[in-house]
Amino acid sequence: MKDLNMVFAGFGGQGVLFAGKVVAYAGLIEGRELSWLPSYGPEMRGGTANCSICLSDEPIGSPLVTNPNVLIAMNRPSLDKFVNDVEPGGVILLDSSLIDVKVERDDVTTYYVPASTLAEENGLKGLANIILVGKLFKEVGFCSAETLDKALQKCIPARKAAMLDFNRKAIEIGSAL
Amino acid sequence: MAEKVLMKGNEALAEAAIQAGCHHFFGYPITPQTELAAYMAKRMPKIGGTYLQAESEIAAVNMVLGASAAGVRAMTSSSSPGISLKGEGISYMAGSDLPAVIINVQRGGPGLGGIQPSQADYWQATKALGHGDFQILVFAPSTVQEMVNLVSDAFDKADQYRMPAMILADGMLGQMMEPVELPEKKEQTAIEKPWAACGHEGKRKHNIVNSLYLTPNALESLVRERYERYETIKANEQRAEEYRTEDADVIVVAYGASSRVARSAVNKAREEGLKVGLVRPITLWPFPTDAIQRAAKQAKHLLVVEMSMGQMVDDVRLAVEGSVPVSFYGRTGGIIPTPKEVLGEIKKLLK
Repeated sequence: MKDLNMVFAGFGGQGVLFAGKVVAYAGLIEGRELSWLPSYGPEMRGGTANCSICLSDEPIGSPLVTNPNVLIAMNRPSLDKFVNDVEPGGVILLDSSLIDVKVERDDVTTYYVPASTLAEENGLKGLANIILVGKLFKEVGFCSAETLDKALQKCIPARKAAMLDFNRKAIEIGSAL
Repeated sequence: MAEKVLMKGNEALAEAAIQAGCHHFFGYPITPQTELAAYMAKRMPKIGGTYLQAESEIAAVNMVLGASAAGVRAMTSSSSPGISLKGEGISYMAGSDLPAVIINVQRGGPGLGGIQPSQADYWQATKALGHGDFQILVFAPSTVQEMVNLVSDAFDKADQYRMPAMILADGMLGQMMEPVELPEKKEQTAIEKPWAACGHEGKRKHNIVNSLYLTPNALESLVRERYERYETIKANEQRAEEYRTEDADVIVVAYGASSRVARSAVNKAREEGLKVGLVRPITLWPFPTDAIQRAAKQAKHLLVVEMSMGQMVDDVRLAVEGSVPVSFYGRTGGIIPTPKEVLGEIKKLLK
């Protein structure tokens, strides 16, 4: 499988770090090389948060992704910040319920996913991030369906077990789009 | 083989220390290493160990001194400004021949600096962690797995040579997650410590752990004995990884986080048919002079890449003794260089 160098970005609280963790765990379960690097610091409070995730069959060099081939943007500042860094041929998934602009590049594939609206409508408030992971799974296929479910189980602590089914539903919605 | 787990570097350092038999941790919070102390706070009570958040970094390092003097494996961790505060205690431990592990998850400096990753404490770690004639062992991991492995080695070597050892990490390595395999649990005391001041029950003469010697002759001979030990360490403990150097015209020298960036740049250069390699020091003290000299024999030019204004580059220049030109590329203040920038520097040298 080709190397995936991904950036997930959004407001603090939208769960971009968690979404990245799910993808990272999928890599772990499939025995691949991977890294997950969060932004850290004051920007996490109300500002923008992002994480870099690398999945590869070779050891990962720099875990800081400066030219992603996958970008998930969950708000406008994040899209603005990273859109021009995406490699030609790359994939952009954005939450079109929160971002009202179009990507003005014709060398990347953009998926406009009304993730926040879909989450709200389906009683999955706060799971727009996982809906986007579902869509990413469908379009990029970074792991098997079975692995993705296992990754969710790994990421959701036992004391929040009730959240697992909501997350599964969010993946289902995202991957059906 | 144990199952691989996904862990943050900071957490992996903590768990590795526990697995290495360290049951006494003394810390004080500071970004970007706080997860380490938080992990210890959770785990230590469960294994009957000691987690203590001291009133300051200075207190924490002196608690490590006390625990170490009593013969147990002890550790403290901090980030750059906090490490400066620990310098006094580290000098006292070196002067008392005490083993301990100190972790520095470096951030930008000087002063309070910033909280993003940096490698600007190289000089401090390898040359001037405190006053007096002394060295400490300095290990520089570049992956989360290597952090785990080197913590264990740091405890072993610190005990073997009776001196403090540092893991010189940085905010990137501390914050990132990678798959790791945790080692088998070790016994708490790997080697006998007949020098420890841990109670003698009248069965032997009491031990004294001390760094004060008022007679110059006594102090000089102690320091000289220590420096003989340092020579043994320089001869036996140098570690470096040599990557794609066999036929390289340019060899990049980088450690820790910047070595990962350099490795990406080297791979990219190789894809373009350029003969480029990497030497990655794993021990910073002792500095891997032998590997650097091999690189200097092979390559026409060395390029040192650091997240600083250029510190390790001094040691590289000392090692090559002017035999090849040594260039430097660095970013500082919390900026991580990109593989593209490093590749650009490599290409300049190949022109």
